[in-house]
Amino acid sequence: MSNAPTHDKPRLKTSAMIASIAGENQRTESAPFGHALVELAQQRPDIVGMTADLAKYTDLHIFAQAYPERFFQMGMAEQLLMGAAGGMAKEGFTPFVTTYAVFASRRAYDFIHQVIAEEHLDVKIACALPGLTTGYGPSHQATEDIAIFRGVPGLAIIDPCDALDTRQAVAAMAAHKGPVYMRLLRGKVPLVLDEYDYRFELGKASLLRDGNDVLIISSGLMTMRALETADRLRQDGIDTAVLHSPTIKPLDADTILSEAGRKPRLVVVAENHSAIGGLGEAVAHALLAGGVSPAGFRHIALPDAFLDAGALPTLHDRYGISTEAMTASIKNWL
Amino acid sequence: MQTSSPDTAAPARSLTELRNAAWRIRRYALRMGEVQGQGYIGQALGMADILAVAYRHALTYRPDDPDWEGRDRFLLSHGHYAIALYAALIEAGVIAEAELETYGSDDSRLPMSGMATYTPGMEISGGSLGQGLPIAVGMALGLRQKGNPAFVYNSMSDGELDEGSTWEAALSAAHYGLDNLICLVDVNNQQADGPSGKILGFEPLADKWAAFGWHVQRADGNDIDAVRSAFDQARELDARQPRVILFDTLMGKGVPFLEQREKNHFIRVEADEWQQALDILDAARQGEAR
Repeated sequence: MSNAPTHDKPRLKTSAMIASIAGENQRTESAPFGHALVELAQQRPDIVGMTADLAKYTDLHIFAQAYPERFFQMGMAEQLLMGAAGGMAKEGFTPFVTTYAVFASRRAYDFIHQVIAEEHLDVKIACALPGLTTGYGPSHQATEDIAIFRGVPGLAIIDPCDALDTRQAVAAMAAHKGPVYMRLLRGKVPLVLDEYDYRFELGKASLLRDGNDVLIISSGLMTMRALETADRLRQDGIDTAVLHSPTIKPLDADTILSEAGRKPRLVVVAENHSAIGGLGEAVAHALLAGGVSPAGFRHIALPDAFLDAGALPTLHDRYGISTEAMTASIKNWL
Repeated sequence: MQTSSPDTAAPARSLTELRNAAWRIRRYALRMGEVQGQGYIGQALGMADILAVAYRHALTYRPDDPDWEGRDRFLLSHGHYAIALYAALIEAGVIAEAELETYGSDDSRLPMSGMATYTPGMEISGGSLGQGLPIAVGMALGLRQKGNPAFVYNSMSDGELDEGSTWEAALSAAHYGLDNLICLVDVNNQQADGPSGKILGFEPLADKWAAFGWHVQRADGNDIDAVRSAFDQARELDARQPRVILFDTLMGKGVPFLEQREKNHFIRVEADEWQQALDILDAARQGEAR
């Protein structure tokens, strides 16, 4: 590509930090997290919002506008943010804390571990730009946040798929006793799961559609891709089930084992995360420990690498998590 | 040593009473150190006067109800000073004196590094240094939000001045005008690798805190009178700003052979020296009383 004349180069559409993951003509909802939090806060006076200079980019500004007296701007200081959120929780409040996933996991880890998790405090951490949802490069791509957080005892980890999932997760997080880390989809968020018989429950995986040949186990936006992939595979006569597992920890191993053991199918775990330390490894461990041997096991995940900058569609193709790439991979494996 | 109110530690102790309290705190700490043959005893002896004033003069609390909502919160950010705070909590009546025999032992409520989930009166799990002040900011904001007039005291070591999170929190406390937050810095000029000034220089320290927007006092942390005045001023100040007291202290204070021992973060004490140290403290007290 570098030898090609300039005018032949494919033009990147954008490598901007903020880009919607919604496809063209896809139904979306605006700021589902912010609106759900405002709604919940009416019944829960203990809820406060805290951020590290990223209210606008995590949809927490919706809450800040509705409840200015319950919103705390902590400045671009993520260690302070997590420490102070712990202090707030110790005084009986339920802080919803936002920043980008890279900063929570990489910069403020010790404060989440020691201040929040060690005392099992009711702090709800909602972090934008999970996995590969920005083309801005490794400074902002949280490709190993789940790997980092899975080792923290008692920290629940959730990776919602769409606007409906996100909305419902907010209330579930608040109802859950103890700390929760949510991978936050913000801005114009796709709406997909309203077409299924589905409701978010913390700790539960849900079978969205059944199929005899392939079982995709997925979380986050990859469930949306899995559903599209299943539609495409059907055109080739491949019957695909999709098991959405938005809770990474505690993993719903019971449902995963029963689905994987129910019929001989290729199991494909799909996640918007590094191949190391995420849903794929958690599911593989559950299967092996549970004595369930599927017809095969494959993993669609981001490589163990510092990813490129570029436009999201380009990058999702490049790293195999677009619907096209995912469909091609599964066909290849069968 | 009962308090004048049945459930709240009373203020306004005389200097003699406070000196006696500091003497007892030093004794409790030495006795705990003897149980394990180790402990951060240099820091405990150095900070005993500050803790005596805190728990016998400044703080409001109920010894038999350490989680009482109206209590002043005392955060031990420097978790390795736990031996000092346990001694103060024994003096305060929160922990029974007999329990010091369990210090650092398996299944004890008094582990060698302070943890909130183990010990009544231990507000936070410190020890990962630089976390106390951020937590204190959150608690002070929370108390203000609830309309609770209690103070948050964050006790920290000068080594924690190296941590960036301390200064993040210092900015925030001033930004929010947290007049219910009092930070106590034990400036003993010793950290793990040597004298603090040589590890990462922090002077002029008072100017730094002042520039961050704090009300600053610097006092001799081993002069009970000065310590008491500093606490009083910090509490009574009528200004919408956080307060810090920089206490210069001497590690090993009160036991000359420990004061003079080659200074480092962890003072070595030989098995036969614990009793010698207690004897020296007792003799000095009798000398004072005469």
